[in-house]
Amino acid sequence: MLTPKSADKCMRTLFWGAGLFILALLAAFLIYLLAKGLPHLTPAFLFGKSSDIMAGGGIGGQLFNSFYLLLLSMVISLPLAVGAGIYLAEYARETYLTKAIRLSVESLATVPSIVLGLFGMILFTTQLHLGFSIAAGALTLVLLNLPMLVRVTEEAIRTVPATYEEASIALGATKWQTICRVVLPAAAPGIMTGVTLTAGRVLGETAILIFTAGTTTSRFLFDPDVTAGGETLAVHLWYLMSAGLVPDREAISDGIGATLILAILLFNLLLALPLRALSKRQG
Amino acid sequence: MTGRNNTTRTDAKSWHRRQLFFDKAGAYGVIACSVLMTILLFSIIFFVGRQGLLTFQAVSPIDFFFSAKWEPTAGAFGAASFLAGSLLTTLVAILLGAPLGLAGAIYLAQVAPPAIKKILRPAVDLYVAIPSVVYGYMGLTLLLPFLRDNLGLPSGFGIFSAGVVLAIMIFPTVLSLSADAIHAVPSPLEEGSIALGATWWQTLRHITLPAAAPGITTGIILAMARAVGETMAVEMLIGNTPQLATSLFQPTATLTSNIVVEMGNTPFGSAWGNSLFLMAFVLLILSLFLILLVRHFSARKEAA
Amino acid sequence: MFFKKTMLLAGAALLSASALLFTGCGGGAAGTDAGLSGKISASGSTALLPLLKPAQEEFQNANKNVTVSIAGGGSFTGMNQVAEGSVDIGNSDVDLPEEYKDKGLVDHKVVVEPFVFIVDKENPVKNLTKQQAIDILTGKITNWKDVGGSDQKITLIHRAKSSGSRATIQAVVLGSASFTDDAIIQDSNGAVRTAISTTPGSIGYVDAPYADDSVKVLAYDGVEFNAQNIIDGKYMLYGYGHMYTKGEPTGAVKAFLDYVLSDAFQNSQVEKLGFIPVNKMKK
Repeated sequence: MLTPKSADKCMRTLFWGAGLFILALLAAFLIYLLAKGLPHLTPAFLFGKSSDIMAGGGIGGQLFNSFYLLLLSMVISLPLAVGAGIYLAEYARETYLTKAIRLSVESLATVPSIVLGLFGMILFTTQLHLGFSIAAGALTLVLLNLPMLVRVTEEAIRTVPATYEEASIALGATKWQTICRVVLPAAAPGIMTGVTLTAGRVLGETAILIFTAGTTTSRFLFDPDVTAGGETLAVHLWYLMSAGLVPDREAISDGIGATLILAILLFNLLLALPLRALSKRQG
Repeated sequence: MTGRNNTTRTDAKSWHRRQLFFDKAGAYGVIACSVLMTILLFSIIFFVGRQGLLTFQAVSPIDFFFSAKWEPTAGAFGAASFLAGSLLTTLVAILLGAPLGLAGAIYLAQVAPPAIKKILRPAVDLYVAIPSVVYGYMGLTLLLPFLRDNLGLPSGFGIFSAGVVLAIMIFPTVLSLSADAIHAVPSPLEEGSIALGATWWQTLRHITLPAAAPGITTGIILAMARAVGETMAVEMLIGNTPQLATSLFQPTATLTSNIVVEMGNTPFGSAWGNSLFLMAFVLLILSLFLILLVRHFSARKEAA
Repeated sequence: MFFKKTMLLAGAALLSASALLFTGCGGGAAGTDAGLSGKISASGSTALLPLLKPAQEEFQNANKNVTVSIAGGGSFTGMNQVAEGSVDIGNSDVDLPEEYKDKGLVDHKVVVEPFVFIVDKENPVKNLTKQQAIDILTGKITNWKDVGGSDQKITLIHRAKSSGSRATIQAVVLGSASFTDDAIIQDSNGAVRTAISTTPGSIGYVDAPYADDSVKVLAYDGVEFNAQNIIDGKYMLYGYGHMYTKGEPTGAVKAFLDYVLSDAFQNSQVEKLGFIPVNKMKK
């Protein structure tokens, strides 16, 4: 029979084990992916045009498309998501409408990405004649982003202490002023964390984009034309593995894996630093 | 002097009016944003459902759901093996992934020293950021050979391999949401328990975890939804064979894997193409059902 | 509103692109038609992508005012979209099925796609007779020792029921017999190759260009796979790559098809990739 004290110790050890296992597994993944990929990351590879026959092609177009799609989909979804998050956290009373909205957000979050891909294919690619393009891909990605962003925004707003708002209202500010000047700035770090998380998923998304953004890039590197093909890094990785014929496809796949990991790391770092400064200032 | 005072007053008045207008417009704006969510969900249900339900012109619902005979060229559309494959794979993934996620969440929230906490949070986010294609590829090149060499399997493709890789992909969801839920438990509750002489583990088990249960359940359900809907990694590891699996190590197929494998090569609008949309619709209904299930449970808990 | 913006962006992109072309890469290939302009869109077979993407690049270099975009999606996606008019060309590995016979599609056979049976490199078997192949594919033979190999279970790894490659093997090898369902299915040539190279005792078939040195190619019915044997009609495992247009092609689309069928392209790129030029086949 375990005494409560030794049970305590036992469980603590167990949780240490779980925590360290999680870290060790990630470290193993990262070392594996980076060790294989980093040697290929030359400027010529990162910013060169991809090739289908000759070895030595780059991933410039795909790299650009990845971030372009991310940017476009975020620009569309962030305002909508913040709006809905504000409503759910600040305005919503428990009416049927609110219940329906909350249920919709939760349901949207669980819609499998392949279903979103098929939906995007019927609606944007075929019926709206956008074709396999950056526009169709970005619009479909919005559907992936929205529920995650809404949930994060709502949570971030809820964690803002009520006293902040009460003080602002007591000073005679309208609700909207309070939201814009007090609540949102205080919730910004939380929202930005959500953006980073969502960005990570968008950069790695494949199933949605195969059916909407397609597997080709524009004829020009760094082309902002939204009707051009929008093959991203993750899709290119999939394409190389399933249909690629270039002799150096393994090197390119490894390079893409490392690039994606580095991109996410950089993203986290770039966003985390100003956020830390911000939250320090707010105390 | 007075004139100037007047203008400031009218300025202030119109400024005030403008603020009131913004207040109202803002409220309507955010309501519109929220209603959009509902509209989006319904349009997805409508578009995918309409295309999918056309299947029943050619196939009887009983055949679709209860037959495992998938011979589209011969007119047999039995999706039972895909349904079973999706459910079993998800089950394996949750059984492996949820305990790991929960243990990691407890570690993150209560056990880890601050230095490790700082690394662990972003580390967990990084797991989510690894593309599913990469997970699938690692499964194909690392996990399958390992299973073959150690368990003497002919190929290693099947529910187990897909479930293991899925577990790694979904535990971060359980971890983040559970950690948030544990953090959100009011500390006086825990302090009270400790003050009454309970140990840390007793407090965690009897006070903190029950209080955080709704959040943890949400995490597990969302992870389940991710597992059911995950496509690329599963497709690379499940074997994609339309046969009912009799063991965890036998190749079978899931709804998602079959959609992605056959979609590009089936005529849109044919019974075959429609049946793939019907599978997508089933996935959709399945995830809606999961959400309703959570609601049901958390409502009962609150009532009790 | 959105479309206007899209058009504007597209216009801007085109302008900057043409400026770039003027200053950048002068001197197109000889014998090109400078008068051509427009956009060509194609989608469909992923197996044809590695062939058509280089064609797209070369053709665009020769015709500065034409933009070609080629997407994958699968043979039926291509045939479906060209029948609906959302793309100009549908690429397919299969002959036109019944559903599309009345859609006014015109068939252009552009390349010969040979198939090969591949096994993992450790397998000692070198050849399969037609009957042996049938018995393995139908699940009648399940051990390599029955076809002269070692005592090892046969793992069949091949393509989905909707695949064009599978349809070709069905027609050429199986005839009226049907595939066993006890097999592992992968969604592409590349995935089949990867799975076979890592699974001892496995066998499958891929488009010949995908059989690299990570797998071992089997002779079929005593005939080695090579281009000459196909041209001579000895090696029977092959199908045609098709490009379908709605009605007879005109303008830029016709020029592009002509380019793909031209000797310049067929005799250089096609062979380099491991396909066989369609003009070499004896009718």
